Amino acid sequence: MRIGILYDIPRWEERNLIEEAKKLGHEVKLEYTKDSIFLTNERREQEIDVFIQRSVSHNKALLSSLVMESLNFTVINDYNTLIRCENKAITTFLLSKHNIPTPKTGIAFNPEKALELANKIGYPVVIKPIEGSWGRMVAKAQDEDTLRSYVEYQSYSIQKFRDSYYIQEYVNKPNRDIRIFVIGDEVPVGIYRVNDKNWRTNTALGAKAEPLKIDEELRELTLKVREVIGGFFLGVDIFEDKERGYIVDEVNGVPEYKNTVRVTGFNVSQFLIRKIEELIKK
Amino acid sequence: MVLLKCPVCNGEVQVEDDALPGEVVEHECGAQLEVVKEDGKMSLRLAEQIGEDWGE
Ligand SMILES: Nc1ncnc2c1ncn2[C@@H]1O[C@H](COP(=O)(O)OP(=O)(O)OP(=O)(O)O)[C@@H](O)[C@H]1O
Ligand SMILES: [Zn+2]
Repeated sequence: MRIGILYDIPRWEERNLIEEAKKLGHEVKLEYTKDSIFLTNERREQEIDVFIQRSVSHNKALLSSLVMESLNFTVINDYNTLIRCENKAITTFLLSKHNIPTPKTGIAFNPEKALELANKIGYPVVIKPIEGSWGRMVAKAQDEDTLRSYVEYQSYSIQKFRDSYYIQEYVNKPNRDIRIFVIGDEVPVGIYRVNDKNWRTNTALGAKAEPLKIDEELRELTLKVREVIGGFFLGVDIFEDKERGYIVDEVNGVPEYKNTVRVTGFNVSQFLIRKIEELIKK
Repeated sequence: MVLLKCPVCNGEVQVEDDALPGEVVEHECGAQLEVVKEDGKMSLRLAEQIGEDWGE
């Protein structure tokens, strides 16, 4: 195959993808989104069989996937999937519409209504930027006083969605959450992200990755998430609740997997490329 | 290795021959730089700060 990789910052994942693709005998063409020009109806080298979207910038990812699809290329992940992942409100409300357990979540469009919403949910609550990652600016408010400050900070911030207050219940999870991967139609690997000190279990914030044994319930839930969100390569974040069981926090459309490979020994890049081979042959 | 100029301090920066566009290099002056390739020629520019829309 000729595999195109759309990217802006070459991280471990992108390098590893290039290496594994070459090992499997594929040709790799890198498309550095930041310095590319994308035109309607542009005739590009049609020999590219598939593009893999790896841009860190959500905006670049979304738009460059869209453009490539408009030129009739297959892109993983496609624009529609990315839209559903990048915007946390879209993810949550779509999942809950399809009866997939999510934290009790609401959205309000002005500071007073945000406080009213939090009272309906019950403290402590978590407030998050609708778009963002690595735990950035995800905050927990124990009471209304604290939340009022967060809401005020957000209202004066330069966030894109500063007028949209995305607030949810604090799920009393153990000192960890689950990151599990969809690759093609399979759920081959996942990790726990453990942090004893910070309730935010992002590895970017110092959580330890540990291998996860995937049980049938988790596998089925993850595949159900894929049915709703779409896509070919997803990183799904899941909480464990003592009473309610698994609760889906969010879905990542350009997932990182360096730590997953490190602690499980599972070759994510190779598995992904093999799955793409199957897809392209069809 | 390729020898490039730091756009901040004008000092010399060593970059691998096979560096990819977008690769981030930290210079001894403290500047975070990114590799640019234009018509096969490599140069450096100031890297971006983490963007609001960056993530997985
Ligand atoms: N409602 C919640 N209840 C308890 N913990 C939460 C809740 N929401 C988020 N967290 C914790 O905070 C972390 C960051 O939140 P979240 O994953 O929603 O943000 P993110 O910035 O999108 O992170 P990611 O890099 O995983 O995309 C989660 O990994 C989880 O540990
Ligand atoms: Zn310098």
